[in-house]
Amino acid sequence: MAAALRAGLRAGSGTRRCFSGAGGGAGLLAAERGHEPESRGSSFCPPAHSCNDWIGPPDRQSNLRPIVFHIPKNESPLGRRLREFRQETQVWNQQFWASQNVSFRKEKEEFVYSRLKAKGLEMKDETGQKVTLNAEEMADFYKDFLSKNFKKHMCYNREWYKRNFTITFLMGQVAFERAWRRLGWKKTKVGN
Amino acid sequence: MPCKFMHCCGVANKRWITFQHLNFLKRMYVTQYNKDLSQQAKPKSDPVAPPFLEKKHLGQEKTVLREIRPASPLHPPLSETSNRNEFKAVKSAAIVEDLATAVGAESKEEKQWKEMKLQLDDLPGILARLSKIKLTALVVSTASAGFAMAPVPFDLTCFLLTSIGTGLASCAANSINQFFEVPFDSNMNRTKNRPLVRGQISPLLAVSFAASCAVPGIALLTLGVNPLTGALGAFNIFLYTCCYTPMKRMSIVNTWVGAVVGAIPPIMGWTAATGSLDAGALLLGGILYSWQFPHFNALSWGLREDYSRGGYCMMSVTHPAMCRRVALRHCLALIGLSTMAPILDVTTWNFPLISLPINLYISYLGFRFYRDADRSSSRKLFFCSLWHLPMLLLLMLTCKKSLIEKENKSELLS
Repeated sequence: MAAALRAGLRAGSGTRRCFSGAGGGAGLLAAERGHEPESRGSSFCPPAHSCNDWIGPPDRQSNLRPIVFHIPKNESPLGRRLREFRQETQVWNQQFWASQNVSFRKEKEEFVYSRLKAKGLEMKDETGQKVTLNAEEMADFYKDFLSKNFKKHMCYNREWYKRNFTITFLMGQVAFERAWRRLGWKKTKVGN
Repeated sequence: MPCKFMHCCGVANKRWITFQHLNFLKRMYVTQYNKDLSQQAKPKSDPVAPPFLEKKHLGQEKTVLREIRPASPLHPPLSETSNRNEFKAVKSAAIVEDLATAVGAESKEEKQWKEMKLQLDDLPGILARLSKIKLTALVVSTASAGFAMAPVPFDLTCFLLTSIGTGLASCAANSINQFFEVPFDSNMNRTKNRPLVRGQISPLLAVSFAASCAVPGIALLTLGVNPLTGALGAFNIFLYTCCYTPMKRMSIVNTWVGAVVGAIPPIMGWTAATGSLDAGALLLGGILYSWQFPHFNALSWGLREDYSRGGYCMMSVTHPAMCRRVALRHCLALIGLSTMAPILDVTTWNFPLISLPINLYISYLGFRFYRDADRSSSRKLFFCSLWHLPMLLLLMLTCKKSLIEKENKSELLS
């Protein structure tokens, strides 16, 4: 029954719809159409005629915007290297920030809970409202979180700067390569 | 070079809060909760509002639960079997609603995907945001103030060349800064709509733009004005992009480095006019340097959560007492520096007198911030700093020691 309904909806939708449950399927669909499939199994498939990358809304956990990379038909080895490196960097970035934000939120909750408990208060007051600590009380937590994660941040920064430079440099090389190729074709055209 | 020179915005991802941002709206978010289809309305502050002001609403967050009756049955009940049918109908209605919501949410999400194709029509706007054009304008105005305060006859060509060169250098530095900070900007509310974060421009294009601003800018300053100004401009770009920006995540010393970055543009204006690094130039630089601290420290007080989560090493997070102490100290230093101005022959003795009220006021707010250490005092200090600096520079210009007076004085002495 449910399956029939789902099929009905799909048929009636008229546009390309990839349900989030079918993450893998969407991935294959995207790959068929010359775009790198989303590693997180999100539902988006760029239109087939598009030959550009597509960028999505910020991820709920990492706040980073995912990119679906276009695979050109005549992709050079350099272009492929760039695309794969960008994809890998995207995954790495996503993992770092998602875990960072999730652990921040979790530790913040724990801190608020423990402070409220120490004060003899509950998490929610009589009206069901969530009780929060003011900024001065939270300051201890912020300082603690920052110092605890300092080394992790240092490693991330170093790695990020390296990757950012590498990606930009590769982009430059690919752009140069494309321009060179186009120049080469023009020359042969003129020659003929 | 001055990206953050004016520090009206101070450092990269925190700063520039315009008066437009003072108004913000709340949005209600409805989430589905269990199969009960109960609605949970959660008021949430507008993300466009600066986190500094958003903090106000953290304590006011409410969750209101409302029960919604499940979808009514499709057929009226007739018998046992029809009761079962009714149950099935209710269930399928619920599933339909579920799927409809899912499809609705997904189509909404799909619409948010954008093709990463550079739109030439949008390019000027994108580049303006990339180069933080408003901040650049403020930086150029402090450089102009430096130029105007220099004790030499006003040269319009030199003035224009200095302004353009400084502006280009500032654009370059700001663009590189944004290039470095993409994932961090994504995670902070006031910077998450920047062009590189939104993918409106590629990193390669951003770097190319920066280079195409830096090279002509520094060349203009070096060849069209004088080598000293060009060197200062290049040094400031380096200081901002290669020292300040990475240091933000390494040590609280970044604030002092940033203050120097903000102090250099007026010095550049002065050296452009006179060709030398005089005491007057250093005084102007000193005033801008001191001003940065009450401005930035007050601002950063409300951004502690974002800084902590993003891994930024700021005094307000790691050394809160020092943060307030330094702000107060530099408010008082402004009084001292204003008094130095007539001693160094930059202004008349009117200047320390007429600037005393505003200097005392900002010191008073600095003291309140030091003592109270709360959001309200930090906001007051920050907003005061926004009008204090332009006012101070204006007063300085009106009290500038005229050249005729100086010549007369030197004639009398000789």
